[in-house]
Amino acid sequence: MPLFEAQNVTKRFATQTALDGVSISVPEKSIYGLLGPNGAGKTTLIRIINQITAPDSGRVMLNGRPIKPEDVYKIGYLPEERGLYKKMKVGEQALYLAQLKGLTRAEAMRRLRYWFKKLEITDWWGKKVEELSKGMQQKVQFATTVLHEPQLLIFDEPFTGFDPINVRQIKDEILFLREKGATIIFATHNMGSVEELCDNITLINKAKTILEGRVDTIRQEWAGNEFDVVFDGEVTPSGNAHFSVIRSQFEKGRSNVRIKAADTRDTNEIIRSMTAAGTVIAFNPALPSMNDIFIRVVETKNSEAAKN
Amino acid sequence: MNKTSLIIQREYVTRVRKKSFIIMTLLTPLLLALIFVVPALVMSNNDKDFKKIAVIEDGGDLFKGVIPDTKDAEFVYLTNTSLSDIKSTFSEKGYYGVLYISDLVTTVPNAVQLISKKQPPIGLLDHISNSLEKEIERQKLLGYNIENLDEILKSINSKVEIQTIKIDEEGKSKKTSTGIAMGLAYISGFLMYMLVFMFGAQVMRGVIEEKTSRIVEVIISSVKPVQLMLGKIIGIALVGLTQFAIWIMLTLAIVAVVQSKILPEKTIEQMQQIPQSLGQAEPSVAGASAGTPAATQMTQLQSLFASAMNQRWGLIIFAFVFYFITGYLLYASLFAAIGSAVDNETETQQFMLPVTIPIILGLIVAMGTMQNPESSISFWFSIIPLTSPIVMVARIPFDVPAWEIALSMALMLVTIVACIWMAAKIYRTGILMYGKKTSYKEIWKWLTYKG
Repeated sequence: MPLFEAQNVTKRFATQTALDGVSISVPEKSIYGLLGPNGAGKTTLIRIINQITAPDSGRVMLNGRPIKPEDVYKIGYLPEERGLYKKMKVGEQALYLAQLKGLTRAEAMRRLRYWFKKLEITDWWGKKVEELSKGMQQKVQFATTVLHEPQLLIFDEPFTGFDPINVRQIKDEILFLREKGATIIFATHNMGSVEELCDNITLINKAKTILEGRVDTIRQEWAGNEFDVVFDGEVTPSGNAHFSVIRSQFEKGRSNVRIKAADTRDTNEIIRSMTAAGTVIAFNPALPSMNDIFIRVVETKNSEAAKN
Repeated sequence: MNKTSLIIQREYVTRVRKKSFIIMTLLTPLLLALIFVVPALVMSNNDKDFKKIAVIEDGGDLFKGVIPDTKDAEFVYLTNTSLSDIKSTFSEKGYYGVLYISDLVTTVPNAVQLISKKQPPIGLLDHISNSLEKEIERQKLLGYNIENLDEILKSINSKVEIQTIKIDEEGKSKKTSTGIAMGLAYISGFLMYMLVFMFGAQVMRGVIEEKTSRIVEVIISSVKPVQLMLGKIIGIALVGLTQFAIWIMLTLAIVAVVQSKILPEKTIEQMQQIPQSLGQAEPSVAGASAGTPAATQMTQLQSLFASAMNQRWGLIIFAFVFYFITGYLLYASLFAAIGSAVDNETETQQFMLPVTIPIILGLIVAMGTMQNPESSISFWFSIIPLTSPIVMVARIPFDVPAWEIALSMALMLVTIVACIWMAAKIYRTGILMYGKKTSYKEIWKWLTYKG
């Protein structure tokens, strides 16, 4: 049973449709990527999950039951547009936000100590928020989002404003939270982190779902007829009727070659040509990056829409 | 703990701990105390400034000894001295000024001059002109050859003070003072205007702060927007009430300390005597007690005090608190809605106007109310909810029929419910709207969203 489900959700604002029959199904203890260009409707969907706005039609289910107001305690939300009270002290503010999520003061205090230590921000407890760097503020926000140990965590662009070291740290924490049993919805434009973190994705464009499924399955489906070949030593195979060479690069005693097959059923023929050219270390279908898929899918859809 | 009370607590605690709150809370009573104490100090200091004034008359001695000395001025009548002799030297001779009376005085009103280096006090000028007028009148009457003129003049010398006595339905008469009622009306009306504006604007700034710092989305993922809005409104109301209570206590304390230390004891004795003699002061005959000026002053104070006690204090305080709370709720919810609709404080202008106009109109009508509390404008403005908090508190000291108060209060309550409901709808949508300039049309759409 999926932990969270949105079924056929539609939301219209006065002039435009933000979501048009969108469904997502988030398996328990997985990381679910919610992708889409700006203005696609991601934030509206997230606000519906958080019960900030209500859908015009469609159902939203948590643990197999329609979502209800008390469920806010089971959800942790780090919005894209996030901030803190600038004049308030860090610790006080974290305690306040934790109490709003239903923790007692003592319990909030205990857990905050743990998370502040883990994220290395204990020294900032008594400082005012305005004295903190953007990255520090983000860490405080991250801590307050996960503090009440929610079943479902929603991160909207969690890595903006972090340096690469902190991005690594937050990624590790997100993976750690999944280990501990949390289910995570992750909205982003950053496709690199999608490949790294997400198990499943949904791509929303112009209020509609245009692609969904497991990340590895999608990449294989979009793989096409390209292969990556690695040779020992400097080798450049010459193309023939079965394949053509797209690019070839010699580095650290190995040659990385991308080839394009004329017909994917001819792989045996191609491999024979490769082994004839040199010592083959690896032969793999070339998986497109999520970034490529994202751009191709969205552009295809948009040009289709333009034609109609 | 209940989430709304958590929000109220945060709004209250963060504001009360601010330096600006502490400074404002401590400084304001000092300023208020100054307003009360300084005039008293000025009055008690008069004695030290004794003035000697030379009187010179042109062609005659009609006014010799006519101007009586007072406790802070002595009039020295100089004969055989001309104005030009003394004009440049009077201050070296120890005079404060020279009073020059020309021989045209009985026919031309401005034939009297007081030459001095400083601006003479109004009281002194009044004293001189009164004395001279009386003498000129006497001299003119002398021309009619009336016997025993001096005795007649003394016996007709009279003073009129109007005592207003109101008769209620049971026919009981009550001594009232229009002055007291006006003072009360002025203070309550103005205070109401100030408080509603000040704390209402604080609510607006608070909402804008939450919106611009982008914390609002985090919070409304845990609480309902209406809870956040009401929590803020109530929290700030409590801050206002706290500040108000401290102001009253500190002001009273400072006034008491200053009076006992600085003012001469006589003044205090006089003040203490007033309440004692109150019991004897029956509202039957007024102004009967002639005699020394001090005694006259005392009677005036007594009657003032008595009519102040005749005000319906219970009703006044109840009405003030009622209209403060409801008026604040009304305007604070409107201000909250405005704050939610804009991205920063400079954008509030276009929406502020329709909210500030009724407040200012209320204040203007309230001030006019003091001239004529029963006018139909005052009546309508004290019934219509947007202006009633200010106008009604200004009308109440003049006695308003119970049904009018009841109607005004009932309308107020209904309006608040409607207003908060409307504000909550605007607020809910507005706080999540960034970047685009909001129009009235847009706000109307927000109001009609369902859900």
